[in-house]
Amino acid sequence: MKQKQNFLENAIHIMFLMMGLVTVGFVLLITVYLIISGIPAISKIGFFEFIFGKTWSSTHATDPQFGILAFILTSIYGTAGAVVIGVPIGFFASVYISKIASLRKKNLITSAVSLLAGIPSVIYGLVGMLVLVPAIKNTFDIPDGSGLLSAIIVLSVMILPSIIKVSVTALDAVPSEYEDGSLALGATPIETYFRVSCPAARSGIAASVVLGVGRAIGEATAVVMVSGNSPNMPALFQSVRFLTTAVSSEMSYAGEGLQRQALFSIALVLFLFIMLINALLNFFMKKSKEES
Amino acid sequence: MKKFLSLLMGTIMAAFAMTGCQEQGAASISTDGSTSMQEVINILGEAYVENNKDVKFTYNPTGSGAGITAVKEGRCDIGLSSRSLKDEEKAEGLEETVLAYDGIAIIVHPENPVSNLTVEQIAKIYKGEITNWKDVGGEDKEIVSIGREAGSGTRDGFESITGTKDSCKYRQELTSTGDVITTVSQNANAIGYASVSAIKDTVKLVSVDNVSPSEATIKDGSYKVQRPFMLITMKDKKLSETAQSFLDYITSSEVSKLISSAGVVPAN
Repeated sequence: MKQKQNFLENAIHIMFLMMGLVTVGFVLLITVYLIISGIPAISKIGFFEFIFGKTWSSTHATDPQFGILAFILTSIYGTAGAVVIGVPIGFFASVYISKIASLRKKNLITSAVSLLAGIPSVIYGLVGMLVLVPAIKNTFDIPDGSGLLSAIIVLSVMILPSIIKVSVTALDAVPSEYEDGSLALGATPIETYFRVSCPAARSGIAASVVLGVGRAIGEATAVVMVSGNSPNMPALFQSVRFLTTAVSSEMSYAGEGLQRQALFSIALVLFLFIMLINALLNFFMKKSKEES
Repeated sequence: MKKFLSLLMGTIMAAFAMTGCQEQGAASISTDGSTSMQEVINILGEAYVENNKDVKFTYNPTGSGAGITAVKEGRCDIGLSSRSLKDEEKAEGLEETVLAYDGIAIIVHPENPVSNLTVEQIAKIYKGEITNWKDVGGEDKEIVSIGREAGSGTRDGFESITGTKDSCKYRQELTSTGDVITTVSQNANAIGYASVSAIKDTVKLVSVDNVSPSEATIKDGSYKVQRPFMLITMKDKKLSETAQSFLDYITSSEVSKLISSAGVVPAN
């Protein structure tokens, strides 16, 4: 009887171990695959020409150019823009949800945020294409509304749920003794939230911003529909292409050869960005755990 | 313990084995390639399966380049390409058969007064030499040129026909025909190109050199902006009996009505 139980225990243990290993295996597989398939083009094109080259014209018959500086800068500017717009909104929304709103309002807004998180990217893109792009065109009186600004606005809406959800969790976790103490000393509730609760939750809030950055930099489907997708150096009203869309828009047609390999190299650069962001995220998460 | 492990391994291996090969028997036809050819190949596939009930027909919309690669690697029976094979592809033993001709329509916003452009004007607009609609008989507005992404069969067709290869300055490079049509229908300053078969009423067709795209004008060659729809096979590799009979069927004249119904002009 005992032996049978032991056997079952072991079997299940091994099953769980294997499930865990599958995940690790996929990460390793993708990493190794990206590195192996991304390196050849970089070495063929030359590291500096690839990263700092300003011209991308991958299908040029005689003199193809593979410079991705425009994509890198677009991804950075686009993400930064989304953070500049999205983080203040997300931050104040989370303070409101966590501290000020009544339970009913809190539930209502939280479920709206969850819904926002669940909307597929292609819907964001479609609404952006049909509503936002014409609106920007008319507001600024420019010939075409699609470009970096449209992409930034779409991205800033898309990163809101990540920011709000993680920030609210961090703010909720602030011990009520801190707030009670502050209130007892005569601070107003608003003073308490911004002077006591937010500093106490700062690592969690920082983690939420990093998570938002990760979401913005990895987004492809929605931005390709509103950004214009021409490989120009970024400017607010210029038609631009992101790292993600550079890969996705040419992959389906790229034949064998340098063009395809270069797309893998772009993916590798994107992957490195994501790794960096993940490392930052882990750092803040760990700090947040230590603090609480 | 060991017994359990081997059982687990066995199950996993069996699962992999089953996903590995879906029935690749003689009674299947797989096609792979150009997304522009989706409509026409699906109509033909359905018609063939109608007459040959036990045959399984599949189409994988990957793009011309990917379709050609798939044939080369033996991953499909017939590749679909909306451009002619390049010389180096022919050198690899690939062979092309014309299925139909597709006219590429030049489209503008319905409110745009311009209704005719010459091939030269179109080329200049896309090269950025003409940037205002007033230079081609329209209003005083900046032209927003909309095209497809690098590698797209439609873009390749358009650029090689208008002689603008590698010199187009696109304001927008969109990744599907539908996106181009939607964007042009949204922007009064826009000009775009797309398969004639995909054009909807939301945009206005522009005639080229005073010829508007129609079956007759595409077939007799008077409408200039057109390209072939190709079937790609390996020259020295025999097709399966089913695939060969499908190829014979779709290149015969009896299916010309079906091909026309997809909005393209049959070659035979």
